[in-house]
Amino acid sequence: MKINDVILKTVVKGVVFIILTLGVYLFFSGHNAPGGGFIGGLVLGSGIVLLYLTYDIETIHRKMPFDFKKVAAFGVLLATGTAIGSLYFEAPFLTQTDGYFTLPILGEKHLSTVTIFEAGVALTVVGTLVTIILSISEDE
Amino acid sequence: MTIDLAIILAPFFMAACIAIFYRKIKRNWVGWIVLFIPIILFLTLTTYIPRVANGHTFSNTYEWIPSLNINFTTYLDGLSLMFSLLITGVGSLVILYSIFYLSQKEALHHFYCYLLLFMGAMLGVVLSDHLMVLYVFWELTSVSSFLLIAFWHHRKASRAGARKSMTITVSGGVSMLVGFLMLYVMSGTFSIREIIANISMISGQSLFIPALFLVLLGAFTKSAQFPFHIWLPDAMEAPTPVSAYLHSATMVKAGIYLVARFTPIFGGEMIWFWTVTGVGLITLFWGSFNAIRQVDLKAILAFSTVSQLGLIMSLLGLGSVAVHLGYSDKTVLYTQASFAALFHLMNHSTFKGALFMMVGIVDHELGTRDIRRLGGLMSFMPFTFTIALIGSFSMAGLPPFNGFLSKEMFFAAVLKITELDIFSLQSVGVIIPIVAWVASIFTFVYCLIIVGKTFFGKLKPDLLEKQPHEAPVGMLIPPFILISLVVLIFFFPNILGKYILQPAMGSIYPTFPSVKELTPSIYAWHGFNPELYMTMGVVVVGVILYHLLPRWKRIYLLIPQRFTLNAMYESTISFSENFSRLVTRRYMNGDLTHYFIYIYVFFVAVVAGYFLFTEGITFNPAIDAKIEGFELILVFIMVVAAISILFAKSRITTVILNGVLGYSVAFFFVIFRAPDLALTQLVVESVTTALFLICFKFLPDLKPEPSTRGVKISNGVISILVGATVTIVGLAVMNYEKFDTISSYFEDSYNLAGGKNIVNTILGDFRAFDTMLEVVVLFIAGLGVYTLIKLKAKKEGTDIENK
Repeated sequence: MKINDVILKTVVKGVVFIILTLGVYLFFSGHNAPGGGFIGGLVLGSGIVLLYLTYDIETIHRKMPFDFKKVAAFGVLLATGTAIGSLYFEAPFLTQTDGYFTLPILGEKHLSTVTIFEAGVALTVVGTLVTIILSISEDE
Repeated sequence: MTIDLAIILAPFFMAACIAIFYRKIKRNWVGWIVLFIPIILFLTLTTYIPRVANGHTFSNTYEWIPSLNINFTTYLDGLSLMFSLLITGVGSLVILYSIFYLSQKEALHHFYCYLLLFMGAMLGVVLSDHLMVLYVFWELTSVSSFLLIAFWHHRKASRAGARKSMTITVSGGVSMLVGFLMLYVMSGTFSIREIIANISMISGQSLFIPALFLVLLGAFTKSAQFPFHIWLPDAMEAPTPVSAYLHSATMVKAGIYLVARFTPIFGGEMIWFWTVTGVGLITLFWGSFNAIRQVDLKAILAFSTVSQLGLIMSLLGLGSVAVHLGYSDKTVLYTQASFAALFHLMNHSTFKGALFMMVGIVDHELGTRDIRRLGGLMSFMPFTFTIALIGSFSMAGLPPFNGFLSKEMFFAAVLKITELDIFSLQSVGVIIPIVAWVASIFTFVYCLIIVGKTFFGKLKPDLLEKQPHEAPVGMLIPPFILISLVVLIFFFPNILGKYILQPAMGSIYPTFPSVKELTPSIYAWHGFNPELYMTMGVVVVGVILYHLLPRWKRIYLLIPQRFTLNAMYESTISFSENFSRLVTRRYMNGDLTHYFIYIYVFFVAVVAGYFLFTEGITFNPAIDAKIEGFELILVFIMVVAAISILFAKSRITTVILNGVLGYSVAFFFVIFRAPDLALTQLVVESVTTALFLICFKFLPDLKPEPSTRGVKISNGVISILVGATVTIVGLAVMNYEKFDTISSYFEDSYNLAGGKNIVNTILGDFRAFDTMLEVVVLFIAGLGVYTLIKLKAKKEGTDIENK
């Protein structure tokens, strides 16, 4: 018997956007408010997993042709890369810095290199989470 | 970013590029692209020669983990320059040679990637001043050597050889690490230069001698000294360019480098003198003695390398006497042994590199290296024959080749040392020249075997797979460069002495005022003296022994098979494998309940034990917050859910009840105003539940386990103990004050890290190192799950092992 999942699919279409937006919001707010790379990554990852659960793997793969192993690898590269990058500025390994910049349109903003590091964390979490869940569910 | 850091990083950078872009590069170009790196590095390094020869040293510090006192300090002095030139110079030739040696069908990108990895690691070893950084690079050379030996990993012997070399060199490396830590405990610094500067402070301490032995263990295993030499002959399973590069010219000399580098620290000890000299001489003798009975050309060269490394090692041991005696006009003479060591090290790299390449050519063109099948190749391969002749005669110590000069200096040093009357040299010292002389005779014999059995005698065409013919020009150029160096160094030894060896001597004897005195002029002819008579004796006895070889070869059968070092190594390994299998099978029985019992018993023992032992459990209900009504409701829900799990009949109920517990905890985090934790807990709980649901289809139905009453009771007791421990620790932690409080982060988070969310400033800044490593671990775990599931062997898959 095929389960009728029209309601689920319709709801998920809307909810996923809320979840993904929440994930992005959490990621950026992390510096001064609750959130951060790990939680942001987890929320994004669970949003994607929800998509995979609702629709089937092939459909999502067609719409989102990412290899999540590579996403995770890129994340690790970002995190370790920022760590090594500080050596090029004659600063100790893993030094982070921040500052206030006035940007066009956005006005004065607080920018920090920690964001890049956290982006690496987030991408690793998303990539690993989806990779693990997909490989278990695809196993015969 | 300065040149010296770039020198270490360039090979790694290139290795990464090859690994990523190899598909886009034409296969026959890979080697040529890689070749650029060592050539450029070699040329860059040569520009340092005049400055280093004038006594300059170059040092740069890059702060890495300043809070742990770990800095990346590069240090370029005479000794490191000499080794760096060797690494990049021989490296260029070997890569050029491999371009022609390896077939286009091989996994070339792996090969060059590993080779570059090794080159970078080796440069790191000789250019680091920091002991921990040196150690990391040291182990990296072992790892890349492992990968290169197992390059043809479809062959069983390759894998076995790789494992053996890894086991032996890494265990030596670990003991060296312990030695380094002892040095740190004694001196308070990881910098080799600072330790040398404070040597008087540490030399009397009780850890000094253990540290000496542990560091030597690292050096001896790496440089294949007796009895650890057994890995080197097995490492010959590697492609020949690798043997020429790692296992004769560079990696096995890392141990020599370490001994030379640590001579100013430990050299004053009698025990250092006797250990280094003694082990070196035994290795020299044993290696040359065993080389004669080999029938594989590469095996002969492997034992010959072992023996020559022993020679260099023993010379460094003899030279350390000068450190013990201190500086004076008379003692300067004893430093000549170290000079001879460095000189012979350079010479050995030239002639042995050429010989390995020669064997590679023979193997490549004829398909065999067995001397029983070779013979009479002189007229077919005249160029290869020239290489073999010059290389072997240099190794045998004959003029006009550089080996003659260093061999004479070696004889001079062993004769000189018998004149001393310290370290009980008067009584037993006379053994030293005798062993040296006998070993040189054996060396002479196996050099004759290499040339005679391969190139003279009768051709045996029916035993060869291919028609003998000369090698392509590309494979002849690198060995010809090396043998022309062999001849050139003989005629102009003092140029090498002045520009390369003299500054290196300054690194071994930093306390000696003038390096000029440490550099003897090298003469090919110095009259009729004992050294020359010794060489003549070697030639005469050597030729006689070579001709009588079939008669005395039987003495090799006298050593019973069971007592060879290899057999002992094998039995140790198989014993420890069997023993650990036995032990592991006892507790890893595949029953999850058992595993949980181990974890929980250990947890209760450690945590509860710690709190009971330190009397850390105190309760002070007065400072606890008031319990609200809705908190009680939450607790009630959790208790009901937890108890219901025990009686759940299906897995889905269990998972949902477990989810109830998790979400209730998240509620508590909300109530206690920990939004970060609440968020994380909520998301983690959702993801875990999803994971559980996915895993369901692989799990059987839940059914009660048949178990006895006793087991049930003991499991119940353990569960209650775990719960009690968590609860009590949770309550007592409010009054526990033995750890530093984290309140400083509240003050520092904005000032130092520019963020107001202290959790994240701790994660991303104060403790970013932990986070970074966690990210890496997470990624590795993900890859692990993926490979376990996706790449598992098919049931009908063929056995690819042991082909």
